Amino acid sequence: MIDARLYLLQRLTAIAMLPLIITHLVVMIYAINGGLSAEEILGRTQGSIGWAIFYGSFVLFAAIHGAIGFRTILYEWFVPNITVCSVASIALLVILSSLGLRAVYAVTWL
Amino acid sequence: MKSNAKTLTVTVDRFDGDTHYQTTHEVPTRDNQTVLDVVTWIQQHDDPTLAYRFACRVGMCGSCAMNVNGEPKWSCRTHVSKVVSGDASLSIAPLRNMPVLRDLSVDMTEFFDKWTQAVGYFVPTKTKDDPLSEITPDDRARAKANQSIECINCGICYSACDVVAANDAYLGPAALNRAWTLMNDERDGARQTRLDAVSGDAGCHNCHSQHGCSTYCPNLLAPASSIAGLKRQTLMNLLPWGPSDD
Repeated sequence: MIDARLYLLQRLTAIAMLPLIITHLVVMIYAINGGLSAEEILGRTQGSIGWAIFYGSFVLFAAIHGAIGFRTILYEWFVPNITVCSVASIALLVILSSLGLRAVYAVTWL
Repeated sequence: MKSNAKTLTVTVDRFDGDTHYQTTHEVPTRDNQTVLDVVTWIQQHDDPTLAYRFACRVGMCGSCAMNVNGEPKWSCRTHVSKVVSGDASLSIAPLRNMPVLRDLSVDMTEFFDKWTQAVGYFVPTKTKDDPLSEITPDDRARAKANQSIECINCGICYSACDVVAANDAYLGPAALNRAWTLMNDERDGARQTRLDAVSGDAGCHNCHSQHGCSTYCPNLLAPASSIAGLKRQTLMNLLPWGPSDD
């Protein structure tokens, strides 16, 4: 139960996340050398608009990508009612993006 | 056919309109015996009430498909010797993903309705007064159409498809394969209508690329590749910079 537009959006968000995932992993592996501390992470993120945009867009892409996939799985395996599945996936989209954006806000500005 | 003393134990899934049940039959084995021969023997010698379909017996008409030992097969060209394991038993059931009418006969109405929904029919652009289109055998689009054109509408791919099982609305591999052959027919005049028809909630984007269709197609077609072609073409059609070419 997926149409061409949602399918395309899911592929585009996947493509967009690719460099973000690679950067995230490389920075994480680099940062973890010599131990990892909250101060070290916050030292990089606090007040950094660059990292806020990086992780803010990452959160949105992941939430959109995941919600579309969740809708299909929910429909094909559990709930054969596409309206219910769409509402549930929008709820998931809202939950994932608000939790993610809240975290990005917290490490940047609090 | 040479007769010998051996027999085959055949279990058939039956349905009389109300109840599903199974019957078991001892069928004499023959050389070069097909699954259709077995079913016909059961009906003629053991149980005349057994309902099943066939017409041509040579793999052209697409009527005799059924589940043989759990896998969808064209029964007329499936040799018993190729599907029977050591214990000389065979299980025969109707195709799945279609409502059973009786015994091995399924209702294919929805299967064919979906061909129409996918605009799986030729829409002419010329009249008989126009000159014939010249399409050479090495034409790129014609070569693509060639790969998927020999479909006999048997319903095996539809029965093999897990997406059809999970999603009633999904158009299915056969209808989408037909749509793909028409997208590669330069004489056809319904390209955009067809792209729209296969781009909806029931369209080609639901395919999980599990290749059940291509695995079981008795004519060795690759509906999964046709569906991939439709996905490419519909997405290029959606992208503002994409030419609707491939």
